[in-house]
Amino acid sequence: MFLYAYLLFTNMLVYHYSIIDWPFKYVKRNIIKAMQSILESFKMAINLMLDLNPLLLEIVGLSLGVSLTAVLLASVCGFFAGALLALCSFPGRQAILVILNAFMGLPPVAVGLTVYLLLSRAGPLGDWGLLFTPGAMIFAQWILVTPLIAALSRQVIEDLNVEYRELLWSLGANRLGMLLTLLWEGRLSLTTVMLAGFGRAVAEVGAVLIVGGNIVHHTRVMTTSIVLETAKGNLSQALALGIILIVIACLINAVISISKNYAERASA
Amino acid sequence: MNNIHKIRMFLGALFLCLMIPVCAAQQFITLASTTSTQASGFFDYYLPIFQNKTGVEVRVVAVGTGQALKLGENGDADVLLVHDKVGELKFIEEGFGVDRREVMFNDFVLIGPEADPAKITGLKDAVGAFQRIAESKSEFVSRGDDSGTHRLELRLWKEANIDPHGDGVTWYKEAGAGMGAVLNMLAAGGNAYTISDRATWIAFENRKGLALLDEGDPRLFNQYALILVNPEKHPHVKKEQALMFMDWMTSPEGQKAIGEFKLRDQVLFTPNAGANQ
Repeated sequence: MFLYAYLLFTNMLVYHYSIIDWPFKYVKRNIIKAMQSILESFKMAINLMLDLNPLLLEIVGLSLGVSLTAVLLASVCGFFAGALLALCSFPGRQAILVILNAFMGLPPVAVGLTVYLLLSRAGPLGDWGLLFTPGAMIFAQWILVTPLIAALSRQVIEDLNVEYRELLWSLGANRLGMLLTLLWEGRLSLTTVMLAGFGRAVAEVGAVLIVGGNIVHHTRVMTTSIVLETAKGNLSQALALGIILIVIACLINAVISISKNYAERASA
Repeated sequence: MNNIHKIRMFLGALFLCLMIPVCAAQQFITLASTTSTQASGFFDYYLPIFQNKTGVEVRVVAVGTGQALKLGENGDADVLLVHDKVGELKFIEEGFGVDRREVMFNDFVLIGPEADPAKITGLKDAVGAFQRIAESKSEFVSRGDDSGTHRLELRLWKEANIDPHGDGVTWYKEAGAGMGAVLNMLAAGGNAYTISDRATWIAFENRKGLALLDEGDPRLFNQYALILVNPEKHPHVKKEQALMFMDWMTSPEGQKAIGEFKLRDQVLFTPNAGANQ
């Protein structure tokens, strides 16, 4: 509301001083135009959220379902892989670390294409019939997120290990006991690691578009519908969906951070 | 203990959420089609009619014609609805598809800036228009994605005796993107031309300063056809349901429904099943 009033006001100013600051007039007007279309998207986003449009709910639900499942699965693998890398030393460990760190930046389209080739009927896992299902999307995001979670949790566990190693040895803990204890001790930092993974999963479009196919009521998620609306030239609708995605990400982060604070206080 | 219980509840709920879409529709076929049919909203209108009648859900994967044919080749779709006759006939000849049926048509149109620096407005001659664009060195944005539209565009350049990939050609840009993305580029960039299918153009919202400049050349005829992915090559293809869909789409009822789909008071696809086969 205030922002809108401000825009009207600046608009008037621009016209009023149009002769004096003519070199800036064009730029200013374009900025205002852009601001207005962004504002329109905000309005649209709010309307869409208040409407509880069933299609939107379905899309949001699928986005969250797919990405959360992928992150949970990736966490199970990533935490243990990270902890093992932190605690064990073996030949080739350094090479694995380098590869793992590089894989944090795996390009989603390349992962999508690889998963497509695996799951295609002409590929080795074609008989599973998973292509163009939510399962395929979970699979692709799992591949994307696991290296990130493994690499970050290795760092967390390694730091904790320096702190607790002597104590745990003196208590007579074996390797497995140490690994589990350190994972438990690092649980708060590890939730942050999971959030980073979730952010990567829920925001990517390259992989889910290829292996999911953006099928309405079935594999259409937030990011793929943004792509579709952009292709239709519905730019404000596309941006509105983007805004909703950001709002949801904020909500999830808020919930996690509140419960983290609560847990920290409880354990202190 | 309490925490573990909560986590277990959460996982259970999540699992259920994921299972719902899997169980909801047991009968479905996968249709690989082009971006024009999806972006224009045609499928959102058309497929529910078929599903209500037969209970078979049609799941659409919308890609360029080149990629749709590739999906069919790999057996990742049951039916194709595409628009590149040359590519389709080759696809069938190589044994990847059977039972090609023409179902509907529309046409391609030339889109460009309202000011029209290359003066192609109302030429009714696509090749002539392409020559004028090349002569005036006006920017041309190509799909560059091996779609049906891209393949037609390349044939038109060939007929106009112009090599857009030749040395010294700076006005030709390959976007490697879908029709909508290319139109968005034009809307943002000012003075460029492109060729679009009429359906995407009519449905396109972000038209800033763009206009339909030339149409009506018979070369711009755009035929859409259904192809069944060869069940002998890919035994998992749902032949029965796929044929049900193909039969319905070419039936008088399915054809009538195609002709009744309008946007901005214009018919997007004209049914013509069985007209010239």
